[in-house]
Amino acid sequence: MATTTTDYRICPDTGLQFHRSAENLMKANAVAGVVFLLIGGILALLVTLTRWPAVHLLPADTFYQALTAHGLDMLVFWIIFFEIAVLYFASSTLLRSRLATPKIAWLGFALMIIGAVTTNIAIWRGRSSVMMTSYVPMPAEPTLYLGLILFAVGALIGCFVFLGTLVVARAERTYQGSIPLVTFGALTACIIAIFTIASGAIILIPTFLWSAGYISHIDPLMYRVIWWGFGHSSQQINVAAHVSVWYLVAALVFGAKPMSEKVSRGAFLLYILFLQLASAHHILVDPGVSSEWKIFNTSYAMYLAVLASMVHGLTVPGAIEVAQREKGFNKGLFEWIRKAPWGNPVFSGMFISLIGFGFLGGISGVVMGTEQINIIIHNTIYVPGHFHATVVIGTTLAFMAVTYFLIPALFRRELIWKGLAKWQPYLFGLGMSAFALFMMGAGTLGVQRRHWDMGFTGAMLGYEYPGSAYLMMGIMGIAGVAAVIGGGLYILITVGSILFGKKLPGAQFHDLPTPVPQAAAALQGHGHAGFAAPGTFALALVFLVSFVVYYFINWKYLASVWPLG
Amino acid sequence: MSAILPPSQRLWWKQPLDKVEGTWIALALLWCLILFFMMPFWHVYGKQNLSNEAYRTSPEAFQKKAQELVDQYTVRTETDANIPVVRPPAGSDIYILGRLWQWWPIYELEKGQTYRVHTSSLDWQHGFSLQPLNINFQVLPGYEMVVTMTPDTSGTFTIVCNEYCGVGHHTMVGRIYVVDKKE
Ligand SMILES: [Cu+2]
Repeated sequence: MATTTTDYRICPDTGLQFHRSAENLMKANAVAGVVFLLIGGILALLVTLTRWPAVHLLPADTFYQALTAHGLDMLVFWIIFFEIAVLYFASSTLLRSRLATPKIAWLGFALMIIGAVTTNIAIWRGRSSVMMTSYVPMPAEPTLYLGLILFAVGALIGCFVFLGTLVVARAERTYQGSIPLVTFGALTACIIAIFTIASGAIILIPTFLWSAGYISHIDPLMYRVIWWGFGHSSQQINVAAHVSVWYLVAALVFGAKPMSEKVSRGAFLLYILFLQLASAHHILVDPGVSSEWKIFNTSYAMYLAVLASMVHGLTVPGAIEVAQREKGFNKGLFEWIRKAPWGNPVFSGMFISLIGFGFLGGISGVVMGTEQINIIIHNTIYVPGHFHATVVIGTTLAFMAVTYFLIPALFRRELIWKGLAKWQPYLFGLGMSAFALFMMGAGTLGVQRRHWDMGFTGAMLGYEYPGSAYLMMGIMGIAGVAAVIGGGLYILITVGSILFGKKLPGAQFHDLPTPVPQAAAALQGHGHAGFAAPGTFALALVFLVSFVVYYFINWKYLASVWPLG
Repeated sequence: MSAILPPSQRLWWKQPLDKVEGTWIALALLWCLILFFMMPFWHVYGKQNLSNEAYRTSPEAFQKKAQELVDQYTVRTETDANIPVVRPPAGSDIYILGRLWQWWPIYELEKGQTYRVHTSSLDWQHGFSLQPLNINFQVLPGYEMVVTMTPDTSGTFTIVCNEYCGVGHHTMVGRIYVVDKKE
């Protein structure tokens, strides 16, 4: 292989090393992701302004089109493009290795672009408003499914390039011992992604053939079971990826070390082992699925995954607390968190992501994943409330936070509008939190998801939701607009910085990779009462109490509806 | 910065975990066991569980059964579309069908009586959502689900469709009346 003398660049600010091919692919994937975030964000505004009853902007057919495109552009295209960038970073950069097969990686990127564009065109042609779930027998144009399949194949190639890079790094001994925790988390995401894409192929390929007229019938229940093996697991890729980003940010901002590698890695392992069948909770109120199957698949699979998230929820802030106490912020339970760099969007974004994901996304997810409680939640607007908390506050905000680190380190540009950047995670994170919370509230009052008009205009029989439901949908609309402005700021700041930010000088280029340094030994002997992170433990107890209280409130609410059997 | 560097101890799995982690894992695991326990517990002691009773059916077969009930027990019709209002004997099997974009027919049920409610779709997937109670479940074509319901509150209840089924989705509204026993 022809090696130029500028193949490896050491970033003078962070000491990280970027391999040129990997670096270009990271940039391309991140930029493609942000383009889809922009499209999805404009659609988000239109969807929000339609569901805000006082505005009710779009006509019904355009609304469902926009909603379909919003779901796919955000949940699939924005997030997975960014995740591929994270995979290349976690392998090539953190292991200081060359990227395996860059040309094949570019092929994967091209397929992803072609797939994403094809799917978008199918939706905008107007006969594929089938929502993200595309439940059969409601038909879409064959090109919708084809686009998704091409995108998935491209993403799968990205996963294999990541695995190949791990093999290259090991063979070429670019590091000693085990891979870093962040790379381990990325590996978790990659393994879940491969399972997910396989499930997607099992269901989307026959659906494509059905839509093109080669298969006459697809059983709707079978479709739902397998589709959710793909649809839910794909969200677990996100969880594994954004938890890795949390650890990454804790390490970058605080120099934090995992409290124990064993616990953090064990929790990632639980994701791999138990997340897949947790998708059973999407079919808790379907006909033809037994209660035993539902309980079995939601209990062991989901709760052990919940356990894993609860562990990360402790160990990430715990690691930050230990690092802060080491620096002398040792007073009382909370000095470490009060003295954290709240004006640094890399940290504030990551921390709001962690809190929002845990309190709003995690608790609501468990509640609606409970077999019987699901009866009072299924398909209400509570459901998007939940997943906007997990995927948008959790994943998207974590990715936004790490972008503020990547612009100087990867793109070598100084951030423009630093003052605005400081506020962006708060506007987006808090706007989105209120948005998710009021969706959940309206869902509890029975407001439907994927529904153009809660006033039922034109229906022969009518129904009037209580005034409080309208009020909550109104607040949701305002909060949604705030979140969209926060998202728009992110795009303005990042794109503006890449194009117009001051160029940062002083990168050193090398023709050979420099070895990964060894980490210092883990910290010991801080904290109170034998707890290394007592403040984090206190916060964790607040979380647990909220969880318990809210869980049993929902049982009480369930007990008030008609007896069912 | 060891989360982005290889662990400093090669045998990292031998490093003891901190007390804060051990305590939290024990608490979280206990809570997860309670979460699990609640579901079988509610099957035994709770009153709101969806039954496992479901059958394969066809749109024609299901529509026929609903039609039989309508022919026998219709007490009046409502709206310009003359939707039949059906009052079957207390405790009987009733058939609610979903189709683009209607829940059909309307039932008048007696408070405190238990009915076996059969639901299915004649075309695409729909969602049965009873308001203002907020009871929700999925309705699939080709599958007939039977849920026993005991209306314990009287009044007018609305069935909203909560699975997106096309551009007229928001007009797919049905109704159940629950009346106190006459005499
Ligand atoms: Cu419908």
